[in-house]
Amino acid sequence: MARENRPSNGPAELAPALGPVATLRWLWTQLTSMKTALWLLFALAVAAMPGSFLPQRPVNPVKVSDYIKANPGVGPWLDRLGFFDVFAAPWFGAIYVLLFVSLVGCIVPRIWVYLRELRNPPPAVPASLAKLTGYRTGVVTQSPAEVLDAAAASLKAKGFRVRREADAVSGDKGFLRELGNLVFHLALVIVLCGLGWNALASFRGTSIIVEGGSFSNTLTQYDEFTSGAAFRPSSLTPFSFRLDSFDVKFTPKGAPSVFDAKVTTDGATKNLEVNSPLTFGNTEVHLLGNGYAPVVKVLDGNGNVAFSGPAVFLPQDGMFTSAGTIKAQDGRPERLAFDGLFLPTVVPGSLAFVSSFPDALNPQLLVGIWHGPPKVETGTPENIYTLDTTGLTKVTDADGKTVRARLNVGDTFAIPGGGSISFTGWQRWAKVQVSTNPGLWIVGIGFVLALAGIACSLLVRPRRAFVRVGAVEGGTSVQLGGIDRVDGRPAVDAELATLASAVGISSETLATTEGDPA
Amino acid sequence: MSVDYISNLAMVTSAALYLLALIAYAAKWASGRALLTEGMKPSRAQVDADEKARFGLDLWGRIGIALACLGLATHLVGVIGRGIAANRAPWGNMYEFITSALVAVVALFVYLAIAKGADWLGLPVMLLAALGQGLAVTVFYVAVGPLVPALHSVFFVVHILAAITAAGAFNIGAIAAILYLLKARAEKRGPVKGYLAKLPSAEVLDRFSYRATLFGFPIWTFTIAAGAVWAQYAWGRFWGWDPKETWSFITWVVYAGYLHARLTAGWKGRRAAIVAIIGVATFWFNFVGINLLVSGLHSYGKG
Ligand code: HEM
Repeated sequence: MARENRPSNGPAELAPALGPVATLRWLWTQLTSMKTALWLLFALAVAAMPGSFLPQRPVNPVKVSDYIKANPGVGPWLDRLGFFDVFAAPWFGAIYVLLFVSLVGCIVPRIWVYLRELRNPPPAVPASLAKLTGYRTGVVTQSPAEVLDAAAASLKAKGFRVRREADAVSGDKGFLRELGNLVFHLALVIVLCGLGWNALASFRGTSIIVEGGSFSNTLTQYDEFTSGAAFRPSSLTPFSFRLDSFDVKFTPKGAPSVFDAKVTTDGATKNLEVNSPLTFGNTEVHLLGNGYAPVVKVLDGNGNVAFSGPAVFLPQDGMFTSAGTIKAQDGRPERLAFDGLFLPTVVPGSLAFVSSFPDALNPQLLVGIWHGPPKVETGTPENIYTLDTTGLTKVTDADGKTVRARLNVGDTFAIPGGGSISFTGWQRWAKVQVSTNPGLWIVGIGFVLALAGIACSLLVRPRRAFVRVGAVEGGTSVQLGGIDRVDGRPAVDAELATLASAVGISSETLATTEGDPA
Repeated sequence: MSVDYISNLAMVTSAALYLLALIAYAAKWASGRALLTEGMKPSRAQVDADEKARFGLDLWGRIGIALACLGLATHLVGVIGRGIAANRAPWGNMYEFITSALVAVVALFVYLAIAKGADWLGLPVMLLAALGQGLAVTVFYVAVGPLVPALHSVFFVVHILAAITAAGAFNIGAIAAILYLLKARAEKRGPVKGYLAKLPSAEVLDRFSYRATLFGFPIWTFTIAAGAVWAQYAWGRFWGWDPKETWSFITWVVYAGYLHARLTAGWKGRRAAIVAIIGVATFWFNFVGINLLVSGLHSYGKG
């Protein structure tokens, strides 16, 4: 692809002249050269790879700590070098910042060149046309002026800009190509700015809601919450909704086929499905996950209800073997606690500790039982999914063996030493994600511009056409030829053929050009 | 006979037809050996051999394209039948992806061979198609099943349609790049003999590879954009550096590198061709390798 007007991207590898200004200028020339852009692009591609092979902290922090534990040698080093959060690592950032500096440094000068080219008239007609694409010549009876008029009119009709000389006409067209290229590159900058703004101003939080439960959009309702530096909690859109029911269906092989949550908000019932989020102003609510909450009732040693309701258990595998805890802090004379497994489907008679199907066809609840003296309320929030066993001991039977209970729905287990636990049923819970993406529209505009730009830059072919006349005996000699500034010879050929008929010479090409089957 | 069964049968048949087409093109390649080279002063026997070679080239070429067309027809029956059997767009798992992407590759080849005379693509494209379909029906096959809920989206369909189209362009581009490398090496060694002589010149191959890749690039850009829109609908985050997203990005950056390589002095030709081949390698790695190696939101390949 030969372009005559590219700003010097040529080799500037000569040793830099001494002096700070000259050195800086040399560095700048290097940075904005095409070769550097090329290497930066490859560097970006390679730098992204570890992010797909190593566990990444923002996606799965547990996997990262497991990995470091399993690889005590390299793990901590990889961690120090940022390999567990590649896309936020300084070296990754350095590559794309350099790339974008290079891009701006390369593209902005081209804008001026482009504008100058737009303002300048089409180029002068070369001295000899014989070497150009589609060269043709002939003698016609019209006067030179008539030929030139006809040529200029034909070129104008084809959308060329035209310049008239005494004995020649030149035309050029196809300026959208370079415009497209400039727009494409600048649009990439817009996309980057949009992503940056989005990272700064957005938030994302998740919350687990059991069927029948409600959510309202305040910070305290979130289980997890992350936000950018420019996010203000006061900007949370106020809304709330209730999860009325949550339907999940599975194929016979255990793959999920339907997730359908019915929610009520402001008195209206809506469906929340995987591909149809709820929106409240600029805030979206997505359905991210689901699981089971066994419903239990715990009586303490005094016979009072110490806990009653659903306890959220977290799925551990694809068959929804779920683990969780039940804490009866208010139990008297002793408090009680349970660490449990919920198995949605147990093959009758099986004593396995895993579920064999994700749907709740034959659920069982397995619990280990702990007891201890009442705890002083400290007010510090406790993780509801793990059991802090300090001050607790396992309940044992008369023989001193630890007690485990295996309950079917409806069963009650009497705890040795007092109290009982009943497994009364189960409910589903839904994990929702609440988020805003305030920079998304900028990214969207950038992407649309980039696509429009690259379409122009790939489809439009800049080309030039020239006609020269000379007076000969009995008429006018005409020569014409063109330049295709990208390798798209057929386009300029077709236009030259039209031009040739317009001025009245044979539309056959004279100069033999190599065939191009592609 | 269920639609499901017909689809499977058609897929296997197409793999066999591509294999036969591959053999025909190989025979064509072989019969090109006796062709006269430009500048040769041929003996009587050599002229006879040349004539026979030309006849063989023509015959095997026709057989090859006929088999490729038949293969494509049965392949289409397979993919469409799969869609009917599953009652959705047939792009829910790796088996369906690979078979659909190969439809795009073969369809593009058949178009180029018939409309543009690019019959020389036959051997490598049929090699890819036979291998790919063969692996699809043996290793990657899964029975028809419903889509996991995240895939129920128009954007998903648009996203995959674009990905498959880009696959066609990138694969054809890379094949032309490989042929370019072979031809350029042969040209450097002196007069080109045999079948390579029947290929277009290295310069034309280079340009062909460039055009195909150039066609694919904006479509791939669009694929990524449509995927981001879909991810925003499904998961509320348009980009999360999921392994699949990471490798789409890598492919995109490598191809941007390719386009720049073509504009960089000293990178035209050989090095640019190598970048095009690396590009297609990252593309296939994303389609196949990532599904097998890494788990992420996109790894529905495991069903
Ligand atoms: C994010 C990084 C970049 C991407 C994705 C990218 C992408 C592209 C693409 C796809 C093209 C091909 C368009 C065509 O052939 O007309 C192109 C052309 C070009 N790019 Fe980039 N580019 C990037 C960075 C840069 C940088 C850093 C520079 C400057 C050093 C640069 C300068 C150019 C130039 C001069 C062209 C030539 C257009 C022509 O003359 O045909 N690009 N770029």
